[in-house]
Amino acid sequence: MIKQINFGKLFFAFALLLLLAGIVFGLLASYVYINPKFLKDSLGFSALRPLHVSLVVFWIILGATASVISSMQLINPNAFSSKTVALQLALWMIAITGIVIGYFNQEFGGREYWEFNPIWALPIAISWLLFLYNFLKTALKIKNWPVYIWMWMTGIIFFLFTFIENYLWIFPYFRENFITDMTIQWKVNGSLVGSWNQIIYGTAFFLMDRISGNNKVGYSKLSYAMFFLGLFNLMFNWGHHIYTLPTEYYIRYIGYIVSMTEWIFFIRIVYSWRSTLNDINSNYNYYPYRFIMASDFWVFLNMGQAILMSIPAINIYTHGTHVTVAHAMGTTIGINTMILFAACFTFFSNHSKAYNKSNKRLNIAFWMVQISLLIFWISLNIAGIKKGIWQVTNSTISHHDMMKSLMPWFQTFTYSGVLLLISLAFLCITILYHYIKSIVNQKAN
Amino acid sequence: MKIKPIHIFIVLSLSFLIYSFSIYIHPIYAKPEANINIEKAISGRLVWQKYNCQSCHQFYGLGGYLGTDLTNIYSAKNKGEAVIKAVILTGNDAMPAYHLSENELTDLMEFFKQTNQSGKADYNNFTIYNNGMIERK
Repeated sequence: MIKQINFGKLFFAFALLLLLAGIVFGLLASYVYINPKFLKDSLGFSALRPLHVSLVVFWIILGATASVISSMQLINPNAFSSKTVALQLALWMIAITGIVIGYFNQEFGGREYWEFNPIWALPIAISWLLFLYNFLKTALKIKNWPVYIWMWMTGIIFFLFTFIENYLWIFPYFRENFITDMTIQWKVNGSLVGSWNQIIYGTAFFLMDRISGNNKVGYSKLSYAMFFLGLFNLMFNWGHHIYTLPTEYYIRYIGYIVSMTEWIFFIRIVYSWRSTLNDINSNYNYYPYRFIMASDFWVFLNMGQAILMSIPAINIYTHGTHVTVAHAMGTTIGINTMILFAACFTFFSNHSKAYNKSNKRLNIAFWMVQISLLIFWISLNIAGIKKGIWQVTNSTISHHDMMKSLMPWFQTFTYSGVLLLISLAFLCITILYHYIKSIVNQKAN
Repeated sequence: MKIKPIHIFIVLSLSFLIYSFSIYIHPIYAKPEANINIEKAISGRLVWQKYNCQSCHQFYGLGGYLGTDLTNIYSAKNKGEAVIKAVILTGNDAMPAYHLSENELTDLMEFFKQTNQSGKADYNNFTIYNNGMIERK
């Protein structure tokens, strides 16, 4: 029975449900910016924010896991033992259920982005170890790895390393010196994001190989160079998060210098823009390709923004402001979610012909996501820049009054968030609907 | 010898490990903070996490975006321990009242004392160099 289940799709379905729940909590949390008393004495912002952040982060991590499982099973149908993948999913489900119940009961105890009781980190870590074991068991049988297998491998290993590093604070030694503690915390946050990006960008390479029908991309020297540059940044660029923290000079300089190597990625995107535009014209109606192209556009915007924010002289105007939130939203929704949707539309494509040809409703949802996200991103950036100017110019205006002056931009990001919720929910529900329908039909036959 | 991807991977990974461990050993040679009860301060950090204060507040601009930066709240004008405790226990327009025990409050105050001693979190006190780097004046 268990062998008949397609765990890649099941992982994706679970991840899509997490995305749906995560964006609902995100919208509720954003409404607190308009009405600070909203749910103040019940759930409160202190629970709404982690509910949103954790569920969306889990969507990305589980979506990345689902992409690797599904891709590896296309490479080798016997990849990944059903029993260990089932156990892996069960552990995630236990952890996420415990985390969500904990948040509803106001039980926290962790650090930013991982606010849950550290006990729930245990099933996640065990599940990830099983993932690593299963992945290596299959990958080590493949000779001459294409770049995406390298990216998956490094992403999985570095996620495990940084996830464990994320809990060093449990030992009092690491909390003794506040600045070191903060340095390690933001070292971890930077590298964790880098590690799941490796897995997701690896999936994008894999999908482009499949779409183009040749494996040139996966074995090109340029792809390997980009992979190692990405890995180099994952390991050493995190210092750009803590320029204002009075930590050692060398940490900030390493962060700055390494971050500037991202210009290479940026220039490459601009350089390949013309050929990309030609490809868009010929593949526009193929949804996986369209989502990959959308992610390319968001890479362009967010990488441009990230490089500027990594220059310390500019960073003091953006640090601790909504510019950082705009960057986080732009990357998690614009880049990660677009690539994961491309993967969903590829791996679920046998459930609906609609994914392979132009579909009016899907077209509307696709463009609504892009436009509402752009408005969302711009309004957050404007709010952030205004706050940045306030904090650098030593204004006599109080924090309360400054936040009040940003209200039009908070309203814009909340209302564009409603459109984003509707359009993302439509995409999720469409995929889930066809998936469930196919299971019901299979059983009926 | 031809350089293969595995060689680059190993060199980068080893460099990363050395860099990571060099940061882990900082507390051993860091200057001890004066007049801080470390035991209480490190417990105070856990109180901060237990009530998820980071969802709204920041240290050095790192944290939530709804509330104020609390790095130097301990020494801020018209603030101090009594005011901080009163705000925590009674709440305000946007913040609910938190029912911390006396011990939790004491530990949290010690933690705020520690964050305050670690440096200044204001942004208008930096020198900008030609290479784009910033240093506190």
